Amino acid sequence: MTASVQADWKVIAFRLKEEEYALPVQHVRSIEKMQPITRVPGTAHYVKGVINLRGVVTPIIDLRERFGFAPEPYGEQTRIIIAALEDMEVGLIVDAANDVLDLPAESIEPPPEAIGSVEASYIDGVAKVENRLLILLDLAKVLDR
Amino acid sequence: MDMSQYLDLFIDESKEHLQTINERLLELEKTPEDMSVVNDIFRSAHTLKGMSATMGFEDLANLTHQMENVLDGIRNRRLSVTPELLDVIFEAVDHLEAMISSIAAGGDGTRDVRGTIELLKRIEQGEMPNKQAAREEPPLEHAYGEFEYHVLEQAKEQGFSVYEIRVRLRDDCLLKAARVYMVFEQLNEVGEIVKATPPVEMLEEEQFDREFLVTVVSKSPADELQKRLMGISEIDEVKVSRLLSDEPSAESEKAAEQPAVMEQAAAVQAEAEAPEKQTAKQATKMIRVNIERLDRLMNLFEELVVDRGRLEQISRELNHAELTETVERMSRISSDLQTIILNMRMVPVETVFNRFPRMVRQLARELGKKVRLEIIGADTELDRTVIDEIGDPLVHLIRNALDHGIEAPDVRAVRGKPEEGIIQLRAYHSGNHVFIEIEDDGAGISREKVLQKAKSRGIVSPQAAEHLNDQQIYELIFAPGFSTAEKVSDISGRGVGLDVVKSTIESLGGTVSVDSQPGKGSLFSIQLPLTLSIISVLLVQIAEETYAIPLSSIIETALVKKEEIFSAHNQPVIDFRGKIVPLVRLKDVFAVPGAADDGDAVAVVIVRKGEKLAALAVDSFIGQQEVVLKSLGNYLSSVFAISGATILGDGRVALIIDCNALVK
Repeated sequence: MTASVQADWKVIAFRLKEEEYALPVQHVRSIEKMQPITRVPGTAHYVKGVINLRGVVTPIIDLRERFGFAPEPYGEQTRIIIAALEDMEVGLIVDAANDVLDLPAESIEPPPEAIGSVEASYIDGVAKVENRLLILLDLAKVLDR
Repeated sequence: MDMSQYLDLFIDESKEHLQTINERLLELEKTPEDMSVVNDIFRSAHTLKGMSATMGFEDLANLTHQMENVLDGIRNRRLSVTPELLDVIFEAVDHLEAMISSIAAGGDGTRDVRGTIELLKRIEQGEMPNKQAAREEPPLEHAYGEFEYHVLEQAKEQGFSVYEIRVRLRDDCLLKAARVYMVFEQLNEVGEIVKATPPVEMLEEEQFDREFLVTVVSKSPADELQKRLMGISEIDEVKVSRLLSDEPSAESEKAAEQPAVMEQAAAVQAEAEAPEKQTAKQATKMIRVNIERLDRLMNLFEELVVDRGRLEQISRELNHAELTETVERMSRISSDLQTIILNMRMVPVETVFNRFPRMVRQLARELGKKVRLEIIGADTELDRTVIDEIGDPLVHLIRNALDHGIEAPDVRAVRGKPEEGIIQLRAYHSGNHVFIEIEDDGAGISREKVLQKAKSRGIVSPQAAEHLNDQQIYELIFAPGFSTAEKVSDISGRGVGLDVVKSTIESLGGTVSVDSQPGKGSLFSIQLPLTLSIISVLLVQIAEETYAIPLSSIIETALVKKEEIFSAHNQPVIDFRGKIVPLVRLKDVFAVPGAADDGDAVAVVIVRKGEKLAALAVDSFIGQQEVVLKSLGNYLSSVFAISGATILGDGRVALIIDCNALVK
C-alpha cells in the first residue's frame, strides 16, 4: 500500500463484471460515453484503438480484457474513463461508472493476500464503505506494459 | 526567497540579452566608433549582471561585471575597439552562453572563467593581451571554479599552505594506478587532497599519460612533500609549487572594489541614456505563450471545425434561409480564426539565422579567411517545429561553405577575386514551401574529385559514373560515407557528413539540392514545408478502415490486374515500369478484420524510401486531403508502420501509415 493512503481518498467508482472498482479522482480527467474507436494494428489485445477526444487522439484500453476477464459487448451503460498518469492519457472502458465517493483512510485495507490471481498486482487496496466493497486500482500498474 | 519560479523567465531573458550582445558586438567590429552600439551592449550586459546576481549565479555575475568594465572603458574612450579585444569579449560571451545553457539544463551555472576575467582585467588596465601568450599554458593546469578557489583561500587563512604538485611517472611505469594510489596515500598523511587533474576516477582507470596534477592543502613545507613523493619508486619527477602564496589576494580585493564604484556611475549613466532608445524599440508589443497552450487551442479549434461541418450539413438539409446564412458566417469567421491560430505558431527564421554572423566571424578568424555573411529574408516565417530542427543542418552547410567553399585570401587574389569571400544566406516563401539557400562565391565543387572519391568509396560504380551529369555528380556528396575534406579539419571533420544534413531535412518533409560552378561558387538549396503539423495525404480504404498515406512518399497510384502479380520466393511482386517491386498487402500487415480477398484488380499505391520502392495494396482510394498531424499519445509510443494519426471531417480518427517502415 502506498503512503498516500494516509489521507482520505476521493475516488471515482465504476463497475467491472460484478465488482466495484475505484480510481483516485486526481487521475480522472473525464467520463465519456462510448464512441467510435479506430483500431490501431499491432498493439496489445486489450488496446481497443484510439478515439478523438476533443481534438486529442487518445488510446483506449478495455479494462475487462486488460484484467483477463471475458469481453462483453458494450451497452448503454458502458463508459470510457479518461485517466491521466503524468504525461500519459488513456481511456479505460468500464461496464458502468457509478459515482464519486469519499473513502476515509481507515476504511482502506491492503489487498487481501488470498486474491492471488493475475489482477492482484493492479490493486492498491480495498475499501469497505457501508455494504460496498471497492477495489482501489493502481493506475501505474494498469498502464504498465 | 525562492527564485525557481523566475528561472524560466531568467533563462529566456538572458538568452535574449546575449543575442543582443552578440549582434551588437558584430556591428561594433564594423563601426568601432559608434558609441550607441557600445551603449546597447553595455545595457544588455548590465541587465544580465543584475539578473544573475539576483538569481544567485555568482560566476555569471562576476564575468558580466568584468565585461561591463571593459565596455565602460570603450564608452569613455579609454579603450579602443580592436579585433583582439573583441575576441576576448566574445570569449566571455561564449562562457556566458555556456553558463546559461548549463542553468537551463538544470545545472548551477558555475564555470571556471578566471582566465577570461584575468584577460578582461588586463584589457581594462590598458594592456592589450597577447592571446597567444595567454593560451600557451602548460598542457596540464588545474582549473578552479569560483567555489573551489574560495575553499582554498579559506584553508590558507587557517594557516595551511596550498600546493600544486605535478607528478610525472617514469616511462616504464607498469602499474600507473598503483603509483597514483601511493602518491595519494603519502599526501593524505600530511595534508588533504583538494583536487586532481585528471579527476581521480580517470587516474584510477589509468586514463592519463604520464603526468597528473594534484592540489593539496597541508601544513608541511614543500620540500617535505617533495621528499615523500620522490621516495615512491617509478616516479620520474615531482614539482611542488605554492599556490595563493602571498599578497595578490589583497590586491584583487582592491581591484574588485574599484569597479563597483565605477559600475554604479555607469549604471546611473545607462539609466539616463535608456529612455531615448527604448521609445524606438517599443513598436512591437509581445507576449510569451507556451507552445503547448497553442496546441491545445488548435485541438479545441479542430473540434469546432468538425462541429461546423455537421452544422453545415444540417443547415443544407433543413434549407432554412436564416440558419444557412448564420452557418455561412460562422464558417467564414472560423476559417479566419484557423489562419490566425496557424500563424501564431510561425516564427521568423531570424531566430535561427542570428547565431550565424557570430559563428562565421569566429570560423573565418580561425581559418584565416576573409568572409562576409549576407542574410536576406530573415523575417521569413516558418512553423516552430521546423525552426527547432533546421538549425543544425544549416550550421553544417555554413561551416562547409567556409571550410571548403571560400578560398584563403591569397588564393582568391591569385584567381582575381576580391579577398573577402561572400556567403549569402537567403530565405523566402514560394507557394506552400519555404526555401533556404546558402550560396558562396568560393571555389565550387570539383567534379573530378567528387567522382574519384565516390568511386573509391564504392558509392558509385565506374560504369554508372560514366553516365552521370554534373548535377548528379554534385548530389553524390550527400551520399552516406562521403566527405570531400582532404584532411579532417576541426571545422567540418566532425565525423558527420552531408548525408546527415540530407536525412534531417528529409525527415522534416523537405529536400536539399546542390549546384556548383567550378571557380565561381556553390549553392545549396533547401526546400521545406511551411508547417509540419499539416501534411497532404492520400486517404485509402481497407475493408471498413481508413488510413492516410503521406503524399511525400507516394510516387503514383495504379490498378494491378490479378495476373500481373507474381511471386518471388513467396513474396508477391509486381512489375512496375520494368522494375520488380514487392507488393505489400496492408490488410495482412495491419490484420484488418473483415477484409475480403483480392478481386480481379488490386489498387496499389507505389511508395518510395530513398531509391527503394514498394507497392501497398489497398481496397480503394478515397482522395487527397490536407490533414493535421497528431501523435498517438505517450501510451502508444511506437506502433509498427504507423507514424501518427489525424482527425477526419466526421470526427473519426484515421491512422497515418509510415511508409519507411514498410519499404525494406
